[in-house]
Amino acid sequence: MTPGTETTITDEIVQQHGLSPDEYQRILKVLGREPNLVELGVFSVMWSEHCSYKSSRIHLGRLPTTGPRVLIGPGENAGVVDLGHGYAACFKMESHNHPSYIEPYQGAATGVGGIMRDVFTMGARPIALMDSLRFGRLDHPKTRGLVRGIVGGIAGYGNCMGVPTVAGETRFDRSYDGNCLVNAFCCGIVASDRIFLGTTGNVGNKVFYVGAGTGRDGIHGATMASTEFGEGSDEKRPTVQVGDPFQEKLLLEACLELMQGTAIIGIQDMGAAGLTSSSVEMAGRGGRGLLLRLDQVPMRETGMVPYELLLSESQERMLIVIEPGREQEVFDVFRKWDLSVAEIGEVTGDGVWRCTWHGDEVAAIGVAVLTDAAPKYDRPQAAPAPHPALPEIFDTDPFARLASILADPDISDKQWIWRQYDHQVGTDTVVAPGADAALVRIKGTQKHLGFVVDCNGRHVYLDPFVGTAGQVAECARNLACVGATPIGLSDCMNFGNPQKPEIMWQFARSVDGMAEACRALDIPVISGNVSLYNETDGVGILPTPGLAMVGLYEGPTPTIRGRFRSGLDVILLGAPGHGWLGGSVYARQMGLDRHGSPPPVDYTAEAALHRALRRLVAEGVIVTAHDLSDGGLLVALAECCLDVVGGRFDAELNAGALYGEDHGRAIVAFEPGNRDRVLAALMGVPYRDLGATGGDVLAVGGRELPIAAVQAAWGGAFEGWLGGAGSARA
Amino acid sequence: MSRVGVVTFPGSNCDADLRHAVSLFGMTPVAIWHKETALPPVDAVLLPGGFSYGDYLRCGAIARFSPVMADVVRFAGRGGPVLGICNGFQILTECGLLPGVLLRNEGLLFQCRDVELTVGGAPTPFTRGLAGQTLRLPIAHAEGNWFADEETVARVEGEGQVVFRYVANPNGALMSIAGVSNPAHNVVGLMPHPERYVEGAVGGTDGGGVFRSLAASIGPTQLRAEGANA
Repeated sequence: MTPGTETTITDEIVQQHGLSPDEYQRILKVLGREPNLVELGVFSVMWSEHCSYKSSRIHLGRLPTTGPRVLIGPGENAGVVDLGHGYAACFKMESHNHPSYIEPYQGAATGVGGIMRDVFTMGARPIALMDSLRFGRLDHPKTRGLVRGIVGGIAGYGNCMGVPTVAGETRFDRSYDGNCLVNAFCCGIVASDRIFLGTTGNVGNKVFYVGAGTGRDGIHGATMASTEFGEGSDEKRPTVQVGDPFQEKLLLEACLELMQGTAIIGIQDMGAAGLTSSSVEMAGRGGRGLLLRLDQVPMRETGMVPYELLLSESQERMLIVIEPGREQEVFDVFRKWDLSVAEIGEVTGDGVWRCTWHGDEVAAIGVAVLTDAAPKYDRPQAAPAPHPALPEIFDTDPFARLASILADPDISDKQWIWRQYDHQVGTDTVVAPGADAALVRIKGTQKHLGFVVDCNGRHVYLDPFVGTAGQVAECARNLACVGATPIGLSDCMNFGNPQKPEIMWQFARSVDGMAEACRALDIPVISGNVSLYNETDGVGILPTPGLAMVGLYEGPTPTIRGRFRSGLDVILLGAPGHGWLGGSVYARQMGLDRHGSPPPVDYTAEAALHRALRRLVAEGVIVTAHDLSDGGLLVALAECCLDVVGGRFDAELNAGALYGEDHGRAIVAFEPGNRDRVLAALMGVPYRDLGATGGDVLAVGGRELPIAAVQAAWGGAFEGWLGGAGSARA
Repeated sequence: MSRVGVVTFPGSNCDADLRHAVSLFGMTPVAIWHKETALPPVDAVLLPGGFSYGDYLRCGAIARFSPVMADVVRFAGRGGPVLGICNGFQILTECGLLPGVLLRNEGLLFQCRDVELTVGGAPTPFTRGLAGQTLRLPIAHAEGNWFADEETVARVEGEGQVVFRYVANPNGALMSIAGVSNPAHNVVGLMPHPERYVEGAVGGTDGGGVFRSLAASIGPTQLRAEGANA
């Protein structure tokens, strides 16, 4: 008898597959019979949170996903936005949190590999990567090893692929002690009339398997990613996939080469839930059935059985559907690149997803049963108890805290991280990591794409609606500082256990805040990912809706920079603010990071500020632009100075004025002779003179700090904590 | 117009950047697939950066067996100009065209950042008119720590084969060596990436001298304006 078809399904087996008793009853009902073990495995991954979005789907529908530039919104492998003149940008961000905690290097590496496959599956050549990382406290025993492993994994994969990692962000909080976050973003460029989709076309079309062979790695990865961690999670190491970026580089080039022709009807990468998910999704989109001959799948190990082949998450694999008669083109291209290639099945007309093993049927399930019949939950929500108010802080000398705030792990220099990433390959990186946003040109055009990824979990924790809305505004502001207009957003929603009403409330409010801000600022959400159950031993992470925003700048390459130089006038754009300290870095330093509320957002003022910034960059009348966010005005000024040049600036010496994190503000610096042109470009946006650059001290309101001390505090903290490793002989 | 071959190994990822730089300086880039057994007619051969075979073994150790490499070695033997950048440099040491080996960086981490280099006086086709200059170029490697036995180091130093030397050593390379040539000076390898800094809009222009030198060495050319936003 064929392995996997004879086992009787017990309650224990159901539980081992991460399915609730109710969900098993639902399977019995929609299937009309008992599943065999192979089929149960298929249901367990297709109905997992990771693949089915069963807890989040009803909320995600509230996000704005359309717009004049949107060619493809959520639901495909990645979203696509029109850039004009036949070009389009294809991008998405995805989480790889649970695998990265268990096996940092491989978990992070395969996260990068997976998101790149999502992009080149659509026919796009990847041009930029970003990453958003969250770790626990610096003094937690696991943190240092996680940082080293995860950064190493991202570097190892991205560098080998030859795709530059152009921006990113890394933050630390005790809530991530037992559950780090690894969110990876990729953007590619595709001809707007040559976008490939994961579909099947007509009955009789052939199904090809290409790429690396299938092994036993990553079996039940999707189920693991949908459960909380507890004791014993470290034992799950075999369910983490192992990455081979060299195979992926070959796969990328081979796929793009085959895409030059017309053989491909549909193409889909094998990511979470591997062969099962990719084939079911293709059949679902195509409205067809599919027959897979599992014994034809290229295998890396001996003795593999259908259950393992269907659930393996081996990396660097793709499923391709072609018209009959075009088989030789597929063989030629993939053999040129020394990759596995096999015809494993065909498109059928009966709407059934069917698998055979040496001629015997081992699974037969209606496609709609696996996709549309998946459970959807409107889980109960409850607002948590109100957070304690931010008490009045008596601080006689807030300026004196500058050095310790610059050394805060969320603020300090992360060069140790991004120096390990090749951020220049492709020779298009105009603004490199370390700025508000990266800027990447597209050769042969006047188009440039701006990239930023960010999330302030403290703000979101204190008020998921306002915090998330503020994050949308901040990302758009970051893009404006390099001259780019937002064209799309990809969200990566990292939250705790959705079966807890407070977590579900956080999630729903965060979605609503994002939706409001995206509507107000005219930014469509074109792709995204949800990662739930980010808890360890019952403690949830800060709600972390990671936002990756892409902007477009058209014109001659701008010369904007994030640092001052000598002899510039500096002004503050936007309303001066209210000295908002709720959720701020300053409050955290005072031990009050779970107190108060985050700064509110004024969409009209934000939009006006962004317009002015973009015009200033495009007209080339400013030298420096930097938005105010974490650490407020004083940190922004210090970041523009660092070891380059000092300056003398006016500001009140109270904590709110120096470190308040009100939205809607940015500093710009310009040659004094350009003042009239700068003020004319503001179009009514309020401004205030701050001072001028020069000298080697940062002087504010009569207090000062040598820029050497500014640089030492900001530049030495993170690498010093890592033990100085990587700072080779200088 | 001069024809410059750029070899693509399966895991090369700076090949397109290199072809772009070559074309900016008025030469015709010719893409060469590593499975070719003979070079097409070219005036120079460039080996790009990347991870030729994933570099799970020693960098470049498998690429030296690529079919095209036998003809590259013959081309070099006839005095043809050959330049290896980063992984290309590693391949040239593996196949014996250049002395030394590239070890893991001191500090063990991949490093992507700018370094300053001084250019040696050897008469190579890639450094005409650059002797004595200091260039700012980016490195992007985990294995750029040049190493050789004492005798080889003495010979390389004594024969003027050190073409590029780091001002501040980023990776532990012996004698701060960033690039070397063969005794005949027609084959050069270096770890930094001159092709990345040929346009002011993206990083800098200090790499331009290498391509201008090559263009001058292999024939009359019409230079396109440097810094053009292509």
